Amino acid sequence: MKNKSSRIVMIIGSLMLLLVFLFPLWSISLEAPQFPEGINMYIWVNQITGDTESTLQNMNILNHYIGMQKIEPDSIPELQYFPYIVVFMSVIGVLFGIVGNRKLFLTWTILMIILGVLGIYDFYLWEYDYGHNLDPHAPIKVPGMVYQPPLFGSEWLLNFRATSYPALGSLFMGGSVLFAGLAYFMSKEKKELKNEEAN
Amino acid sequence: MKTKLFILLAIALSVVLAGCESDGGKKGNAGMVGSNAAEKVYVAPGEHDEFYAFMSGGFSGQVSVYGLPSGRLFKIIPVFSVDGEKGYGFNEETKPMLETSHGFVPWDDAHHPELSQTDGVPDGRFLFINGNNTPRIAKIDLKTFETTEIIEIPNSGGNHSSPFTTENSEYVVAGTRFSIPITETDVSIKDYAEKFQGMLTFVSVAPDEIGDMEIDFQILVPGFDYDLAHSGKGPSHGWTFFTTYNTEKASTMKEVNASQNDKDYIAAVNWKKAREYIKAGKFREMPASYLNNEYDEHTHMATTKRMKSTRVLIPSECPGLIYYLPTPKSPHGVDVDPTGEYIVGNGKLSADLTVHSYTKMMKAIESKAFEKEIDGIPVLKYDQVVAGVVEKPGLGPLHTEFDDKGFAYTTFFISSEVVKWKVGTWEVVDRIPCYYSVGHLMIPGGDSRKPWGKYLVAMNKITKDRYLPTGPELAHSAQLYDISGDKMELILDFPTVGEPHYAQAIAADVIKDKSLKYYKLEDNKHPHAVKNEKDTRVERKGNEVHVYLTSIRSHFAPDWIEGVKLGDVVYFHLTNLEQDWDVPHGFAVKGADNAELLVMPGQTETLKWKPDRVGVFPMYCTDFCSALHQEMQGYVRVHPANANVKLSWGLGEDETQGK
Repeated sequence: MKNKSSRIVMIIGSLMLLLVFLFPLWSISLEAPQFPEGINMYIWVNQITGDTESTLQNMNILNHYIGMQKIEPDSIPELQYFPYIVVFMSVIGVLFGIVGNRKLFLTWTILMIILGVLGIYDFYLWEYDYGHNLDPHAPIKVPGMVYQPPLFGSEWLLNFRATSYPALGSLFMGGSVLFAGLAYFMSKEKKELKNEEAN
Repeated sequence: MKTKLFILLAIALSVVLAGCESDGGKKGNAGMVGSNAAEKVYVAPGEHDEFYAFMSGGFSGQVSVYGLPSGRLFKIIPVFSVDGEKGYGFNEETKPMLETSHGFVPWDDAHHPELSQTDGVPDGRFLFINGNNTPRIAKIDLKTFETTEIIEIPNSGGNHSSPFTTENSEYVVAGTRFSIPITETDVSIKDYAEKFQGMLTFVSVAPDEIGDMEIDFQILVPGFDYDLAHSGKGPSHGWTFFTTYNTEKASTMKEVNASQNDKDYIAAVNWKKAREYIKAGKFREMPASYLNNEYDEHTHMATTKRMKSTRVLIPSECPGLIYYLPTPKSPHGVDVDPTGEYIVGNGKLSADLTVHSYTKMMKAIESKAFEKEIDGIPVLKYDQVVAGVVEKPGLGPLHTEFDDKGFAYTTFFISSEVVKWKVGTWEVVDRIPCYYSVGHLMIPGGDSRKPWGKYLVAMNKITKDRYLPTGPELAHSAQLYDISGDKMELILDFPTVGEPHYAQAIAADVIKDKSLKYYKLEDNKHPHAVKNEKDTRVERKGNEVHVYLTSIRSHFAPDWIEGVKLGDVVYFHLTNLEQDWDVPHGFAVKGADNAELLVMPGQTETLKWKPDRVGVFPMYCTDFCSALHQEMQGYVRVHPANANVKLSWGLGEDETQGK
């Protein structure tokens, strides 16, 4: 019976992580007058999608004028191995929950925070690469101009206003970390209560 | 006392002055415009209109799409006439659309657009339109706003009373405006009265997404001129009414000789009965040569089927199939009110407007109240079928449409006006002038069971001083009236394309969300489609050179071709690889004797080109597609006929040698 509720919270948090397969982690949208509906791209843990099947093609067509590399999900290795990490973390999170050791809760939480920060940093590197590594033969070259979209917030990239924010998937990922942390603190309270009872 | 007089004088003077002002501006016509007209027709930039209006182009052979109430032109849909702008009838894919039993006929006279209906209400699936000259009916798919089928009407001398639909578009109909010897033979024109006949045709429409048209049956009728038609609705569903003139059967000087009888007829056809006769096998299979052309939106190609016979019903062998309703005098339009009870005969040479009753007609048929028979067709007694007469409403009534409040609106060509009258009491309640000489009128849904009785468009035959002059030839004019109140109000005057004979309109909401944005490349089944640049190539088959090329912003692949020889026939099969809304690419090559291609995203079109000299020929994109549109160009090198060269082509660093 010990630590029952904290273990449930830990398990729920670990399972919540799997929601990143149902919702995108990040969204980047481009707005310009001639694109009244915007061009919206979604970055998932395992894929990159748009509002329509052809959004990526359309974005690549626009990007090629400034010499940006094509965004091809197949050539981004992270999209291949990130899903395994997520599944792995979810599974061991559930196992930790069953075991019910609060140190394991803390370990999992810290591991997730590190992985999250690394993931965002990795995402930033990709954005940096797409924005800076331009084809020197591009038809449109604006001296000094780079095209890195922001991580958070909006920025003008020539005629486009690029807006980038975390999407639902990231919120769930954050939620799973919060739950794990909560589980850690809940189990502490339980322990103290038990000590008091013993006294 | 003095002050009062002074005030009265002041009022009188101001009225006179105001009158002078409005008269001085525009010879009195401007005075008819409502004071808040601009507000009523103003559709702010970026806002959408309330209605789509489809206007026939008449002698332009096309259909133009307008927004109401703004009167803005959105698109001209090529139907019966070749259109260089879109390559319609010029590219290899659409050439079959204009094939007829007379060969390739690149023009027609398109009169009456008609929206498909479900339960008597326009449903926004299709628009049908007749070709009067070389008898045809076309179908436009309102998902793509493209012509997707044209069926030729055999045994017809001119298809005017068409394509008026039945309540669920079971049928669209056709009738001969010009009777002819049937089947077509070498007969003296002077033998018109004895040897000429008319034909009414019922074209079935498949109740699915494609709406395939087929000639179900035809009815051989006396040699009158079958002018216009409308089908019954509600209680009268199952009947179609056709007006006739020249019941005198004159063969010459018809303006006089076809205008002698006090009454001509409205032919009432019981098409449900006709179906029974067809089922029972009581038809004659008559030889007939006609073509049915269909455009497939997946192959992006039209194909032609040649048909060899039709099933013809002879009225004398099929009792109950058809009746004549005497109607004064040379009736033009025949219009059925939204309840389906009243059938208006617009007797264009009559002083009055005659309205028949469906209920009375059925009673007259039951009690055999026949005046006489013409070729086995009973003529019902006039006083047994007439419901009422609108007395002396105007001169030269042509057409009537209805609103949703029990009123009818009739155009009068000679007195150049629209007259509003009450259905049932037959009293005239309002009238308003047209500029000038109105033909058809249109109320959105105004010939259906549920009119949207807000606007009325008058389509006028004479324009004169309405717009800035443009030499001898002027645009036809249309006027938009607000009919939501008791009084009709003129709110807009706009020029039109060709000669709109008739129009149809539908609430924009019914159609706009179904409008296709682009063709999916993966669904493209064109035999010469290439779906990526890797598959682009040039092939030689004897003296035919097939270029399989693609377009995407902002280049063709390949963009240079060598090895074409004088005497070769080159086919450019261009696939537009774009998959985004509003990114067509055009294609033109110097010296082509046809037109350009204008290829929508995901579509494939073919341009045939016969180079006439040795040299290097530029080709380029004709539709400003992107920032580097002007760079979207290439070359074809044409060698002398006896040159020993191989085909080669390329794009950028890629280069391929062919055979």
